[in-house]
Amino acid sequence: MNTADHTPHFRRVALLWLIATAILTPIVIFVFGPGLPPGNGSAQAAGQVTDNTVLLALSVPVAMAVLVTLGYEIWAFRERDLTGPVLDGPAITGNSSVQMWWLIITTSLVLFLAGFGSVRLLEDGSGGGQGPSPLVNPAGYKHALQVQVLAQQWNFTYRYPGYGGVETPMLELPANTLVEFHVTSLDVVHSFWAYQLGVKADANPGVDNIAYVNTTHPTLINIHCAELCGVWHGYMFQTGKVVSKADFASWIQGAQKTYAPAAKNLTPYSKTYFPSPLGRGA
Amino acid sequence: MTAVATPSPTATPRQRNGLIGFNLLTGIVLGVAGWWIAYLLGGLIHGASIKAFSETGQNDIQILLGYAGGVLGFLAGLGFANYPIRRVLGHPPEIPTHEIDEPGLAKYFRISTDHKIISKQYFVGIAIFFFVGGLNAMLIRTELLSPTTHVFGANQYLTIVGMHGAMMLGMMTSGMIGPFANYLVPLMIGSRRMAFPRIEALTFWLLMAAGVVLVSTIFFGGFQTGWTGYEPLSDQGTAGYDAYLGFFTLVSISMSLLGLNLAATIVTMRAPGMTWSRLPIFVWSVLATSMLMVLAAPMLTATLLMGAMDRTADTGFFLPGVGGSAFLWENLFWVFGHPEVYVLAIPGFGIVLELLPVFARKPLWGYRLAVAGMMGVALFSFFVWQHHLFVSGINADLRPFYMLSTEIISLPTGFTFLCVLGTLWRGRIRMTVPMLFCLGWAFNFLFGGISGVFNSDVPSDVTTHGSFFVMAHFHYTIMGGLVFSLFAAIYYWGPKMTGYQFNERLGKIQFWAMFISFNSTFGPLFAVGFLGMPRRVVTYPSGLTGLNVWVSISAFVLGLSLLFFLWILVKAVVFDRIPAEDNPWHSKSIEWQLPTPIPAYDFNTIPTFSGDPYPYGEPVPAAMGGEMPATAGAM
Repeated sequence: MNTADHTPHFRRVALLWLIATAILTPIVIFVFGPGLPPGNGSAQAAGQVTDNTVLLALSVPVAMAVLVTLGYEIWAFRERDLTGPVLDGPAITGNSSVQMWWLIITTSLVLFLAGFGSVRLLEDGSGGGQGPSPLVNPAGYKHALQVQVLAQQWNFTYRYPGYGGVETPMLELPANTLVEFHVTSLDVVHSFWAYQLGVKADANPGVDNIAYVNTTHPTLINIHCAELCGVWHGYMFQTGKVVSKADFASWIQGAQKTYAPAAKNLTPYSKTYFPSPLGRGA
Repeated sequence: MTAVATPSPTATPRQRNGLIGFNLLTGIVLGVAGWWIAYLLGGLIHGASIKAFSETGQNDIQILLGYAGGVLGFLAGLGFANYPIRRVLGHPPEIPTHEIDEPGLAKYFRISTDHKIISKQYFVGIAIFFFVGGLNAMLIRTELLSPTTHVFGANQYLTIVGMHGAMMLGMMTSGMIGPFANYLVPLMIGSRRMAFPRIEALTFWLLMAAGVVLVSTIFFGGFQTGWTGYEPLSDQGTAGYDAYLGFFTLVSISMSLLGLNLAATIVTMRAPGMTWSRLPIFVWSVLATSMLMVLAAPMLTATLLMGAMDRTADTGFFLPGVGGSAFLWENLFWVFGHPEVYVLAIPGFGIVLELLPVFARKPLWGYRLAVAGMMGVALFSFFVWQHHLFVSGINADLRPFYMLSTEIISLPTGFTFLCVLGTLWRGRIRMTVPMLFCLGWAFNFLFGGISGVFNSDVPSDVTTHGSFFVMAHFHYTIMGGLVFSLFAAIYYWGPKMTGYQFNERLGKIQFWAMFISFNSTFGPLFAVGFLGMPRRVVTYPSGLTGLNVWVSISAFVLGLSLLFFLWILVKAVVFDRIPAEDNPWHSKSIEWQLPTPIPAYDFNTIPTFSGDPYPYGEPVPAAMGGEMPATAGAM
């Protein structure tokens, strides 16, 4: 490569990038997009799929810009004979317009992503735990079905304050309903992860962590603990259900009857429960 | 070149031979003695109430005091107390001259104040713990070969996971800085030593003590908290968790001191002519890193002391049952923890940008942009920690801010990539082993960075948080970023440091084995996380067996490729012993102009710097976008 090299390297790279992006972006959006997690088990989950698709689609041109340039440089500027004399390339120390455009483009991308993420978050809370005073309250939240998720080593139980605070060992939710999860813990920090619903909220002792979700159609829910909570953390998983409204009504009536004897021995329903002050956290 | 007086040792050399004296052996003897003395004394403090609070009957006061006593005894046995005591007794300051050009290996087993010896001590010491941590990773992948058949008990498994995390994030913090910053910073800025050579030695021996303390957890039942040590789970922990507290306390002290020492050296000890704009980019990266270390590590020390008090002095900082808050730990830990991951990443940027000009035979493209990038990452890293807590249940109002600040950090990181691409542009790229590792870094870190955007976007993070997706993300940045650049550094400066050539062909084989198995290990883990597998679990849905088996087998190959490197190193240094050339890479930076091996006092005369730090390349006409380079090189 001498300094009089007029090969249009930059145009070639730009063209290659354009081709790679034009081919890969639709593939990512239309082939991978629909399969992205966490599926369409709830409005929030479907929203997360949209977010994941947008992020993946945007990362294609960025990744290609770096990879195509890198690949082209390795191909075009590689010294093929390493035994000969060591020759230097041109002493280019920078290019202010390239730097400026890089800064402008990456800054716009970042600001767009942050704006996009914030708008998406503020629409419906995205199923994430928001603490005791949520930033985002979806429409009609005052009439939401309240479900308390009680985490303890190493299981989840659920209380339905709208149904006399009945405590059930498994989660059932009606379809097409706004659910307000109140996630809390009786001992250490856990995290309630209802995969298909796109819900994740840490369970902290003494903290009422609220997460909203709009269920859509009946589905099974894989529930995991997503925060290391001790020896049997790996076994802290369950299967929950979203069922039709009629099925839910009959299930919850049955549950109220079934668990009535146990309910008498339970602590009265409360937003939070504190661990015993004595002993090691337990 | 300005002549500066050579140091004239004022004290007569006091040669110490044999095992008696202040060395590793006496350090271990006094360390064990210190442990038992403090342990028994701690037993006297032991009151009736402690037994009542402790479910295991183990006395945390005794064990924590034991660790403190053991470490103090170890340091005294090594001779760290000698100099302060001599000064207090009125003896004049003295330069320890006995180690200069001393043949044999004994000098590596005691305190040294020669930055080159310390860097080799660091290299070997950290390598030992890196392989222990790597072995833990192999054990984790062995367990995850099957969702139902278990090799380890659940408790044992979590201890292995915790040790792997703590070992890699604690010890490897100094994995790059320890061997290479200690070795290169004084050379590159034209100094004969670090600002505080004894503190430099102290940081190394503290780190070694920390590693032993962490491994000792297996004698006390291990710990179940992972490297993050979330309260109040950790308060349930048996005495094995005291080892975690002792380990990270020592690591954080070592980190603060190391950062302080490096920053002081870079700011105050530059040779004439070494202006800020001539500072090699690796030194800039070390400066950015040391700022992070100095500012972030003390936060960890304080947090751990609060945790230790919860366990011993019946305070309740982190215990919700007595009015404390688990969020306090999460926040304090990540205020340290996020800068910490950039302590791991930034030196990698510096290494790659330092090496590319040599192998592209061009000046560093966008020097100021590169500096701004690393400084920007260092600065922003203090304002992003709550992205670890998006769904934690703390006040959620700041989530849009932390989303923005986290995504902004990709801007300065992007500068580094632009400088990488710009430096290679129109270069004459020489595909040597270090160069391959630099390019491997660029590939891996790109995917590490892009996957980070998914974690920073709150709606996406709701699913990815706490899953294997996050785990794959940070292994791409740390293993794919830090470790690949570390290997670039080893292959590049290894011949200078050891004095022996490394086999180029075996090095290339090792690169490809490592690069392919790395991507084959951690790439599928993104999918595993997306499919809903949480981290740190001992069992998983049977539908994920195929992917997990694939990952485990790839991980074993990755482990073998690292063992293969060990063979390359041993072959070069022990068996082949082919003397390295003074400047095999035709580098123009100052350390390569010195003879191999570098003499004890580095420079005969203190060098004077002038001109560009990367004087490669042929002048180009301004029409081609080039500026005329300064032709004068370093020295």
